[in-house]
Amino acid sequence: MSKIKPEQDSSLSSTAGQEKIVQAAQPDAGLMRTPPKENTSPFHGLWALTNRDLRKWYTNPIQLFVSLIQPVVWLGLFGKALNFTTFISSSGIPPAQQNAILLSYFGTTSYFSFLSCGMLSFIVLFTSAFSGMSVVFDRRFGFLNKALSTPVARGTIVMAKILQSVGRSLVQAGIVLIIAVVLGMDTSHFTAQGIFGAFVVVFLMGMGLSALFTMLALRSADWQTQMAIINLLNLPLLFASNALFPLKIMPTWLQDVVRVNPVSYANDATRQLLIGATGWGSLWVDFAVLIAFAAILSAVGIILSWRFLSK
Amino acid sequence: MSATQTGTPSFSAIVKVEKLSKTFGNLKAVDNISFEIQEGEIFGLLGPNGAGKTTTINMLTTLLKPTDGNADVCGYNIFKQANEVRRNVGVVPQEYTADEDMTGINNIILCADLYGIPKSDSKPHAQELLKLVELQDAAKKKVGTYSGGMRRRLELACGLINYPRLLFLDEPTLGLDVQTRTAVWQYIKTLKEQYHMTLLMTTHYLEEADLLCDRVAIIDHGHIIKIGSPQALKESIGGDVVEIEVKEPNPDLSTDISRIALVKNVQKNNNTYLIKAEQGEEATAQIIDIIRSEGLHVTRVSLRKPTLDEVYLELTGRTLREEEVDKLSMFRQRATIRRARAGT
Repeated sequence: MSKIKPEQDSSLSSTAGQEKIVQAAQPDAGLMRTPPKENTSPFHGLWALTNRDLRKWYTNPIQLFVSLIQPVVWLGLFGKALNFTTFISSSGIPPAQQNAILLSYFGTTSYFSFLSCGMLSFIVLFTSAFSGMSVVFDRRFGFLNKALSTPVARGTIVMAKILQSVGRSLVQAGIVLIIAVVLGMDTSHFTAQGIFGAFVVVFLMGMGLSALFTMLALRSADWQTQMAIINLLNLPLLFASNALFPLKIMPTWLQDVVRVNPVSYANDATRQLLIGATGWGSLWVDFAVLIAFAAILSAVGIILSWRFLSK
Repeated sequence: MSATQTGTPSFSAIVKVEKLSKTFGNLKAVDNISFEIQEGEIFGLLGPNGAGKTTTINMLTTLLKPTDGNADVCGYNIFKQANEVRRNVGVVPQEYTADEDMTGINNIILCADLYGIPKSDSKPHAQELLKLVELQDAAKKKVGTYSGGMRRRLELACGLINYPRLLFLDEPTLGLDVQTRTAVWQYIKTLKEQYHMTLLMTTHYLEEADLLCDRVAIIDHGHIIKIGSPQALKESIGGDVVEIEVKEPNPDLSTDISRIALVKNVQKNNNTYLIKAEQGEEATAQIIDIIRSEGLHVTRVSLRKPTLDEVYLELTGRTLREEEVDKLSMFRQRATIRRARAGT
């Protein structure tokens, strides 16, 4: 059964520390070799951990497909059924006035394009929400403990969770954008810089949101609680933002909430960048808020990981 | 970095634990334990569920911060030099932690990446370790297709990737079939005998501790009750029991028999002598000589050696344990047993 022949070691005594030490080196398992110089940079292992999670997703097309169903349903059914552009154009108001109304509310005349940008943040939000779930499963099945028993930086473990989620968000947002264009999103304002800028927005928002959901999962080994947290935060973050509806039609108290929700800034920025919408503020403000959101939450996530990843 | 490879004999303590304690809320999981492990020995922690074995391992591998006390592992302090400790020890957890979507070899390389070992070393080394645990044929198969025994062996290989001086094994044979268990025992012996690695293992199985460990500590309710070699522990509960039946009930030879140095205690019931002795085999031979020299006839002999089970039950009691153990650790243990039994 075992091919390794134990050396019949008659002198092997069973008392502590008395066994004989000098024996012929057995190089077959390499354990007697001088170990290599290890990479002690604080970032070592980051790509290995990130790729471990990403691989689960890109080698499993079903997961990718399922994650795209929701935005497609929203775009194809919700966006087509509740289309403010059609709603207003069927009202009998003269076309010039129709455009003025649409512009003043949506910053663009195409509600579908407005919603398409909102769907980018939707997919980022829903992808990020599940970033915590993989922490829970890693804890539950012991992988987290195994990683913690290695010299990999605690912050790296958290950053890998954030980055894998950002990676998924970028790809999925790209696919959602293509679907939106196919379904009729206005592309007349598309520029290379605009599209690049939109993906920077997706990156920043994905980073901030997945840092948030990852840190909420740091101590948890219980996926039911994690699902509850996701449900608790996801829809409020979506509806208390300008993803689906413009700020202007909301009651003032809700407007105040929307204004502190970082998701709104992402929507505002992508609308300015992709469909040339007039935003609620300067693009720079949007980017400043998003950069601060991503940087602060990632930093907090890393700091909390030092304290809470192990007990 | 690692000093194992120097080849010079060293009997220094590789693990020094001083008054280590861990409290979870009101529960003292580990209560003021102290022990030392010598370089090159296999040290076993024995104890019932919830006794504090895994908590102790988790503290020594820097996964848990002790509430009180201190410990040095491989010459590094677990509080102040946690990263150095991590670099020098290998950990084989109780659970099956390998990623099912990855191949066996990629799992080992992932572990190597976490240690910062360059690919130029980790790739060939992973192959060598797979060979050690006889998984080279399955190296490129996804772990999801592995049987429980194969997964356990893979975990062992992962734990060895960083050339550890000290290997922690938490319940290495939990739920395994007899073949895999014997194979794992063999690997453990190989690590000690050929590579002079120090091993700290926990186990439920006393035969395993008896077979492998140089010394064991019996731990219960967070305390170390007894520490010593399996042999010494067995002798501590009174040694071997020799039962000898003779044809003639008289004369009574009890006093003659008790004069033998190895004999501790003699009882006589009709034709039968019940004798407690050290080194039962030799004692028996001497007893038979005495009986025969008196012209009597021996009709039946039996020799019973105490098992570690008896020591264990004597020290930890026979009552069944129905203590609350934390939910997560029980989940993991059940998952481990389930997976160990899965597959072929």
